[in-house]
Amino acid sequence: MTETAYAQLLDLGAGLVLVCAFVVVWRRGLVAIVRALAVQGFALAAVAVVLGVHQHALEPVVVAALVVAVKGVAVPRVLLRVVRSGGEARESDPLINIPTSLVGAAVLTLVAYATTRGVVAVSPSPATRAIPIGLAVVLIGFFVLASRRKAITQVVGFLLIDNGIALVAFLATAGLPLVVELGAALDLLLAVLVLQVLAARMRTKFGGLDLDQLQELRD
Amino acid sequence: MSRAVVGFLQVVVLVAGAPILAGLVRKVRARLEGRAGPPIAQPWRDLRKLLGKERIVPEHTSWVFAVAPLVVMCSVGLVAAIVPFASTRTPFGSAGDLFAVVYLLLLGTVFLALGGLDPGTAFGGMGASREMTLAALAEPTVLLAVFALSVPAGSSNLSAIVAATLAHPARVATLQSVLALAAFAVVTLAECGRLPVDNPSTHLELTMIHEAMVLEYAGPDLALVELASAMRLAVFAGLLANLFFPWGIATTTSPLEVVLGMAALAGKVACLGVALAVFEVFVAKLRLFRVPELLAASFVLAFLAVTASFFLT
Repeated sequence: MTETAYAQLLDLGAGLVLVCAFVVVWRRGLVAIVRALAVQGFALAAVAVVLGVHQHALEPVVVAALVVAVKGVAVPRVLLRVVRSGGEARESDPLINIPTSLVGAAVLTLVAYATTRGVVAVSPSPATRAIPIGLAVVLIGFFVLASRRKAITQVVGFLLIDNGIALVAFLATAGLPLVVELGAALDLLLAVLVLQVLAARMRTKFGGLDLDQLQELRD
Repeated sequence: MSRAVVGFLQVVVLVAGAPILAGLVRKVRARLEGRAGPPIAQPWRDLRKLLGKERIVPEHTSWVFAVAPLVVMCSVGLVAAIVPFASTRTPFGSAGDLFAVVYLLLLGTVFLALGGLDPGTAFGGMGASREMTLAALAEPTVLLAVFALSVPAGSSNLSAIVAATLAHPARVATLQSVLALAAFAVVTLAECGRLPVDNPSTHLELTMIHEAMVLEYAGPDLALVELASAMRLAVFAGLLANLFFPWGIATTTSPLEVVLGMAALAGKVACLGVALAVFEVFVAKLRLFRVPELLAASFVLAFLAVTASFFLT
């Protein structure tokens, strides 16, 4: 793989991760949002594979397989099951309307690019130059977490943060040890499974997944 | 051949070819929907029929109504002359600037909206207001999307951008050009009034945008408006083809190369037309209030393309 092809593939992979984050902000249908998250998992794995091929190392490729299994397949499947088990399958009334959210996410991306210039300048390489994208995905994750009402979209926001952190980890280090990746992936899966149970309980109690109804404590 | 001849040829080919492109899109769409569809040359026959009719102008309209079709036609014709379609050696050289092209196209949109407002009918006003709302959202996206390409090329001149992409073919697959391509494709649908933004074949008053504006035009005026909107689609398709896939375009003004460039452009635009028809079969029209969300998304894509071309390379 030539240097330019490596840099371009890395950019395209990282760019796809970012575009998926924007799709989560843009779409209202929960199914479409979960699908975007699945595609983001695959894009993340593609970045790991490109890095592995470039470094002639096997470990990033194994990590990529793990990422596909957990973030590309298992987690989206659990989330889709929660979406399809009833209730309104749309983020019908976000706290910030969609065009404003998109502009907000664009501004956050710009903030991420601007603030990480110093970090990139420490050791400029194709991999470190894509780090701002990871930070942008983290910020967009926080934004989704803060501006959406449904439990599913909030979890998706949390997963966006996780994907952003994973992207930064891939790009900044030569690759985390496999044990750490395995631990993080299992944690994530566990968190989503707990959410599934929680969502089922919420639905039986309140008939929906709108978190605005969880503001008061009762005994 | 001089540059002026190249520009003139581009206009002739575009005027002749644009209705054929519209006919091709209709034909492919009809076939995919299981209909026979009108012949590909049908738009030309319609134009000939309209041109043979008497010119009828509604009472109480001003000169704006009469001038609007001419302005629309001239602006899109001028764009056809100065944009690198067949050769990167275009007439007026550096005037074939991204900003000039975008604002010439906007001039046509604005005059068509004025022509819709002038007779004072309800539908004309409604169509004009909708068209301007969409134009205000779509125009900056066109600028930003092409701007993302002009950053690596180091010039906002469209010919220079095309020549730079020809010199560095690897730039076609960079992140910024992929994002800019997506944004430009969405905005082409909006600017040319195609699905899912506007339905070009509808005559249902409550949903139409472009058709509502031109409701009062008849005869030769209508022929001009129809020809100009077909040319608008061809111009946007040609820009999309040559900015993002510039292969085949001539870099000199030798007659053979220019003819080959024309043929390459016709092939690329025909492919885009077929792709558009296939796409239109599968999508439904968006509600008008959802359209800003789509255009905001394409604006953000273009914005990401520009930031990527500044920060990632």
